[in-house]
Amino acid sequence: MGIRILKGGMMTTVQDLGRTGYQSQGFSVAGVMDVRSFKIANLLLDNPENEAVLEFTLIGPTLEFTSATIIAITGGDFQPTINGEPAPMYTAIYMNKGDILKFGSARTGSRGYIAFSSYLDIPVVMGSRCTNMKSKIGGFKGRKLQAGDYMNFRIKRRYLPFFLSRKLEPDNFDQDSTTLRVVMGPQDSKFSKQGIETFLTSEYTVTSEFDRMGCRLDGAFIAPKESSDIISDGIAFGSIQVPAHGKPIILLADRQTTGGYAKIATVASVDIPKIVQRKTDHKIRFEAITVQEAQELYLKEQKELDKMRKIIHKPCKEVLDCRLVAKRLTKLFEE
Amino acid sequence: MQEIKILTAGDSSLLIEFGNEISTEINQKITATVQLMKEQHIEGVVDIIPAFCSLLINYDPRVISYDELKDRMKALVKVDVKAEAGTKRVFEIPVCYGGEYGPDIENIAEHAGISVEEVIEIHSSRDYLIYMLGFLPGFTYLGGLDEKIHTPRLANPRVKINAGSVGIGGSQTGIYPLDSPGGWQLMGMTPVKTYDPEREVPILVEAGDYIRFVPVSEEEYLRIKDLVEKGEYKVVVREGEV
Repeated sequence: MGIRILKGGMMTTVQDLGRTGYQSQGFSVAGVMDVRSFKIANLLLDNPENEAVLEFTLIGPTLEFTSATIIAITGGDFQPTINGEPAPMYTAIYMNKGDILKFGSARTGSRGYIAFSSYLDIPVVMGSRCTNMKSKIGGFKGRKLQAGDYMNFRIKRRYLPFFLSRKLEPDNFDQDSTTLRVVMGPQDSKFSKQGIETFLTSEYTVTSEFDRMGCRLDGAFIAPKESSDIISDGIAFGSIQVPAHGKPIILLADRQTTGGYAKIATVASVDIPKIVQRKTDHKIRFEAITVQEAQELYLKEQKELDKMRKIIHKPCKEVLDCRLVAKRLTKLFEE
Repeated sequence: MQEIKILTAGDSSLLIEFGNEISTEINQKITATVQLMKEQHIEGVVDIIPAFCSLLINYDPRVISYDELKDRMKALVKVDVKAEAGTKRVFEIPVCYGGEYGPDIENIAEHAGISVEEVIEIHSSRDYLIYMLGFLPGFTYLGGLDEKIHTPRLANPRVKINAGSVGIGGSQTGIYPLDSPGGWQLMGMTPVKTYDPEREVPILVEAGDYIRFVPVSEEEYLRIKDLVEKGEYKVVVREGEV
């Protein structure tokens, strides 16, 4: 009882928030690229915050459901259809046994997510269900999904209260340029004043070298003071390293744990979805904010997610209208 | 000890720089700090990456803010900790040197102007400190390779180096934990799996431990390899003096 992959799409993997706690041994965290879309997908189904989902890139997969369940689709618009009919996004959808869920190519954004109310039956490896393709561990056999793969569900969960209320305004991914807020450092002191100025005032272009490990940008040369080589140190999600060629590389979910290039700045957590949802040739600018500001933005987003959780747990208009009618009728009979 | 700097690495990570050089003293300070952090269990810390002379801490800003964690760490690094004198763990790693196991050992010997036997003798006669793990699961950055056998990387990196290969890249030596592309000069192979995802403890060693390479014959290599496959081999761990 689960899902069968009819088409794998370009890159579809099982992901959660990543395998943390093992970076000191050289294991990449991996995990979802767009944490916000991931959290919203799980939230729509009252799933635990870290429940595993499918993440797909640029061209989505085609799935067959071999048992009923409830799903939610978030992220970029991959024009999903169920048995040929357009399927809503950012909405809890009931899936019947035999239904075919098909995604096309990304009309907006570049990554999409599906969460399941019945939870994917994927073994937990070192605390996580996420796929680490380099180490070939976690997820479905440590690799991306392909036609013929079959995954079971862990539980039967085919009922959710306030079902009709479970829809949210979709995030908009329809931009081809964006400004990323960054916290300067840890090694901004390795760059000249002019280098920093260039970084913060130039427009950079997303190149085709853009995968789960990182995104290479093209644009103005960022000058180091002497050399941008450092003694290898740890890398954070969203670190922007600038090697000798002077072009920034933003390090993402599958980044290696340590590296030997100076990191000029780090993308604010709330803005990482903005970069991972871009495509080749899109334009990027950087704006410096303080670490305190970045943390405030992060907490603000958590509050926004809490608010979403409240919205989907209120009776919707359709239900309230019925209640009102029922009340009036009761009154009539009483009179 | 140089001045310790606490630097921002975004809103969910913080980097502590303990200095700007590769030295045992700095590395021991980091190992001790990691130990202290484990003992104190700071709420909100999710992951740590100790490196040659720095420590990256990933944390959850919902639980602890940058300012709070910075203050906490400032106090923590002030604690004067000394590695317990006289104790270190030394992992004895059997290596079959040369031949098909180490196709580049003659390059190393030629570059050093010594015999292959001398290369093996030099490489296997000291304990190497594991400064850090990174790059690949279980990949060890070892310090202390004798300058005589420092050898530049291959001009043309190999597309695939088998897991278990032992090599030299510049001033470093180490073991490939996984099949991987790489440019190191290969000098031998170990049957021991430094990384095994099926094992209860997938990674054999930790930063702060030591490795000693022990030359073995091909027969011995094959015998150990067989035991490893059966899950019956136990790596010799020696308690040594620092």
